[in-house]
Amino acid sequence: MKNDTTMRTPLKRVRGLGSAKAGVHHWWNQRLSAVAMVPLMLWAIFTVATLPGLTYADALMTVQQPVNATLLILFLGAGFWHASLGLQVVIEDYVSREGTRMVLITAIKGGLILIGALAIFSVLRIAL
Amino acid sequence: MRLRIPTLVSMGRKVGLSMAKARPLSPHLSVWRFQLPAVMSILHRMTGVAISTGTVLLAGWVIALASGEAAFLLASSIVGHPLGQLVLFGYSAVLFYHMCNGIRHLSWDFGYGLNIPAIYMTGRIAIVAAILMTACLWLYVYFA
Repeated sequence: MKNDTTMRTPLKRVRGLGSAKAGVHHWWNQRLSAVAMVPLMLWAIFTVATLPGLTYADALMTVQQPVNATLLILFLGAGFWHASLGLQVVIEDYVSREGTRMVLITAIKGGLILIGALAIFSVLRIAL
Repeated sequence: MRLRIPTLVSMGRKVGLSMAKARPLSPHLSVWRFQLPAVMSILHRMTGVAISTGTVLLAGWVIALASGEAAFLLASSIVGHPLGQLVLFGYSAVLFYHMCNGIRHLSWDFGYGLNIPAIYMTGRIAIVAAILMTACLWLYVYFA
């Protein structure tokens, strides 16, 4: 144990875990997005629940309403943000190999950004 | 069959330690019973992953709506199919659970309810609230 630690530089020890990263910022963003999601989610569930029964024209009209379009974009933004932060922690907890972990986190965040951007662009296209 | 969980003290006695010296022993997985807070904790993470996967559904629906009537009708038929409705039902139940339990987590972050009786009480409240909200939503969808 002692030999192990003496061979390590402070940089080596700091790299894997601890304060060298942005833990508090991540933690706080996760809570902020969680708080935002509570009202947005309740609104979204009860709005979206009425949509599938609608005709194409009625569905377009509903999404076009300024309040609906704005809240839908905020909901998608906060939701994908919260999901991205959450999935990152799950991967960090279970994937110990640094390379695999980095690839997985990047791939999942990239995928979420792509789908989120597509969805937000779609709302804008319907509304504008 | 319910297994008795050896307490720290009884385990300490067994290995010949006095109460004062009873130290934490490693968890014995074969005699461990799942407890409500532990189950709810892992369910929070599992539902979070499930919801993240499911956001693709909602995004897909919005993208279909923006892509034109043919895509919208296809999405509507998938969502309207009994199997689609079943997936949506599960998705909503999981959402409500994650939301109710998430509020519980937020209260802990602010230091409220961090004791064993409160953890059990709010846990039960969160489960009942999630069931009620899911029921309300689907009664609303089908009867309103």
